[in-house]
Amino acid sequence: MEQRKKIHPYKFNLWVAMGSMVMMFAGLTSAYVVKRNQPNWQVFELPHLFWYSTAVILISSVTMHLALRAFKKTQKSKYRTLISVTFLLGVLFVVCQFIGFYQLQQKGVTMQKNVSYSFLYVIAGLHVIHLIGGVIALLVLFIKAFSKKVKTYDPVPVEVMATYWHFVDFLWIYLLLFLMAIR
Amino acid sequence: MSSVAATIDGADIHAGHDAHQEHHHHETFVSKYVFSQDHKMIAKQFLITGMIWAFIGGLFSVLFRIQLGYPDATFPWLQDILGHWAEGGKLKPEFYYAMVTMHGTILVFFVLTAGLSGTFANFLIPLQIGARDMASPMLNMLSYWFFFLASIVMFSSLFVQTGPASGGWTIYPPLSALHEASSGSKIGMDLWLVSMALFIISSLLGGLNYITTILNLRTKGMSMTRLPLTIWSLFFTAVLGVLSFPVLLSGAILLLFDRNLGTSFYLSDIVIAGKIMPNEGGSPILFQHLFWFLGHPEVYIILLPAMGMSSEIISVNSRKPIFGYMAMVASLFSIAILAFLVWAHHMFVTGLNPFLGSIFVLLTLLIAVPSAIKVFNWLTTLWRGNIRFTPAMLFAIGFVSLFISGGLTGIFLGNSALDIHLHDTYFVVAHFHIVMGVASFFGMFAGVYHWYPKMYGRFLNNTLGYIHFWVTIIGAYLIFWPMHYEGLAGMPRRYYDFANWESFNMFGGLNEFISTVALVVFVAQILFVINFFYSIWRGRKVTTQNPWGANTLEWTTPIRPGHGNWPGEIPEVHRWAYDYAKDGNEFIPQNVPVGEDESKH
Ligand code: HEM
Ligand SMILES: [Cu+2]
Repeated sequence: MEQRKKIHPYKFNLWVAMGSMVMMFAGLTSAYVVKRNQPNWQVFELPHLFWYSTAVILISSVTMHLALRAFKKTQKSKYRTLISVTFLLGVLFVVCQFIGFYQLQQKGVTMQKNVSYSFLYVIAGLHVIHLIGGVIALLVLFIKAFSKKVKTYDPVPVEVMATYWHFVDFLWIYLLLFLMAIR
Repeated sequence: MSSVAATIDGADIHAGHDAHQEHHHHETFVSKYVFSQDHKMIAKQFLITGMIWAFIGGLFSVLFRIQLGYPDATFPWLQDILGHWAEGGKLKPEFYYAMVTMHGTILVFFVLTAGLSGTFANFLIPLQIGARDMASPMLNMLSYWFFFLASIVMFSSLFVQTGPASGGWTIYPPLSALHEASSGSKIGMDLWLVSMALFIISSLLGGLNYITTILNLRTKGMSMTRLPLTIWSLFFTAVLGVLSFPVLLSGAILLLFDRNLGTSFYLSDIVIAGKIMPNEGGSPILFQHLFWFLGHPEVYIILLPAMGMSSEIISVNSRKPIFGYMAMVASLFSIAILAFLVWAHHMFVTGLNPFLGSIFVLLTLLIAVPSAIKVFNWLTTLWRGNIRFTPAMLFAIGFVSLFISGGLTGIFLGNSALDIHLHDTYFVVAHFHIVMGVASFFGMFAGVYHWYPKMYGRFLNNTLGYIHFWVTIIGAYLIFWPMHYEGLAGMPRRYYDFANWESFNMFGGLNEFISTVALVVFVAQILFVINFFYSIWRGRKVTTQNPWGANTLEWTTPIRPGHGNWPGEIPEVHRWAYDYAKDGNEFIPQNVPVGEDESKH
């Protein structure tokens, strides 16, 4: 008997997983808000580099989107280029974040100094870890795209990838705005 | 066989096109029993791992009950088996705390979450909704193996020099955050946190699969309102898990940072043995919020599957439709919502704003409404039923009894004014052991006795089942009922020795009695374990497809279903799961089309 299908189960899995990631960050940000209303909170400046990394991640979302379009239209070489660019932008973002953390430390904003700094490191750090997961997945797609042996026409993995990538992108924008607005 | 095997291959569930039908699944020992992607095998892996953990966790409770029951006696054999943890034949205080902590952790998470949901969500969801497997068999397998890794880490923490975590299953900081605070706060605590992080990943992978499978892979005709109540309860369980476990994870991560990276999320103004700690600016209460935001939903994660299975088993064995199906679903739903809104009832004495406290009192007491609806419906289903007292049915009825007893004491605790007196006493211990611990165990036993024939193609021995039931239910009440009195008298929980309190000396005999009964009940569980493993190979064989005369789809599969569950097409569903005693028929399975002259329900 044919199973009923509205949305592909893998995509649905991803949506539920994103829901639980949101809960994790909701837990952290609400802890942050609670803590901020208590004495001894120190206001911090975000490193400038975070602006560049934000631009990088935004662009990579666009290239990911275009890559998916190209894949669906079976424009192979275009897809290859775009997925490679997305992957490289992802790596660049990770590098920017780590340099950003390094700059913070140089300025004396170390993780141990104040709870507000600790939160900054934990929240941005956990985001980067989620993003690194995405970069690894991109690497897999990248290898598949250039592999001679594997021939895939199934758009589902690319669609799942794109959804997750946009998700970590939006998550970063949200966290950035949050950290800027509520310091 | 090849076509069945091919369509269950995860990627093909959705596809419907038959391009891949050619390749065979060669099942080796490893792919069948170890790295299996068959939901039924994964269910058995969860069940047996859970049973091993239950044995360990139960054994720990026997050990610390020895201390509580016979605080002045020494038992040289304890030193023989435990070495320096029981020098001179008496448990060391550190070891006592380690045992209590591990008992709670193991039973709450490893047995009643992974062992219960993991087993029955895996086993029943595809079989009862008419699917060949989970949405992603691969993630499902990973879910088990993350649980396995978590188990290894937790188990290894039992053997480190300074002992496992020992700050209670709720691991409140600062005790759990500072290595210096106790021996159990050293490496054992880090292993606890790592193990729980792995555990959380396991339950998230499992949970999202359960949700996706229930929503997307139901067979034709299986609308949501035709789902058996087991599936509804497993669905809400998974939703609770997916939304609340990540919050515990973030709480645990912050704790790991505090422990190992010098941050102060939870720490401030602490002096240990005259030494002032550098940590400043944190708040231990923050941890309690994060913990109980998971912790309260967690107790329902443990309870809901037991509710669902008992509903099903009670209906089947009363030979009557479940009373108030929609009310049952609605009350599960409202319990799930309320579960997120009451966490602070564990924190009434933390200096919580009394106004806020009164809101939490209100929300907490509201849970009594859907709980009462469910109890009413179980009792009315039983009422004038044609009851078959199988072991499964007895355990399901036992579940209802325990849920009533323990729910009533919840109403005491939910009132903050009473809770100020009762908090952290044996009253709380009695409350949650009856309503959560024993009740959910009863749901689990009911499930095992009922679905064992489907799992192994053989029956469990009935006589042993009856002995198991009666010893356990009588024993459970004898153990936990008296604890209410101890708690009302103010006897605090988590104490190694009460000798310093003149007023609690009167409970000496009672404690001895409780410990003795605990030992007897533990031995009765060994009876169950023997029955379980003996019957896998030697039990009476199942000879008919539908031995209980039940309506749900799992009984339309072959007696020993292969990977893919149905050799031919998946049956189509034409009715709800509770057409018992209808129009002169004893039961009408879900896959039977509605007859011309059939009355509506
Ligand atoms: C009418 C329903 C219920 C109410 C009003 C209620 C209320 C409470 C309250 C106020 C406490 C805190 C006691 C304290 O620490 O001072 C508590 C503890 C607890 N309850 Fe309930 N409860 C109810 C049902 C349940 C159910 C159904 C479960 C589990 C399935 C459960 C599991 C627990 C556990 C595990 C604890 C203790 C946790 C710990 O401190 O170690 N309760 N309950
Ligand atoms: Cu609670």
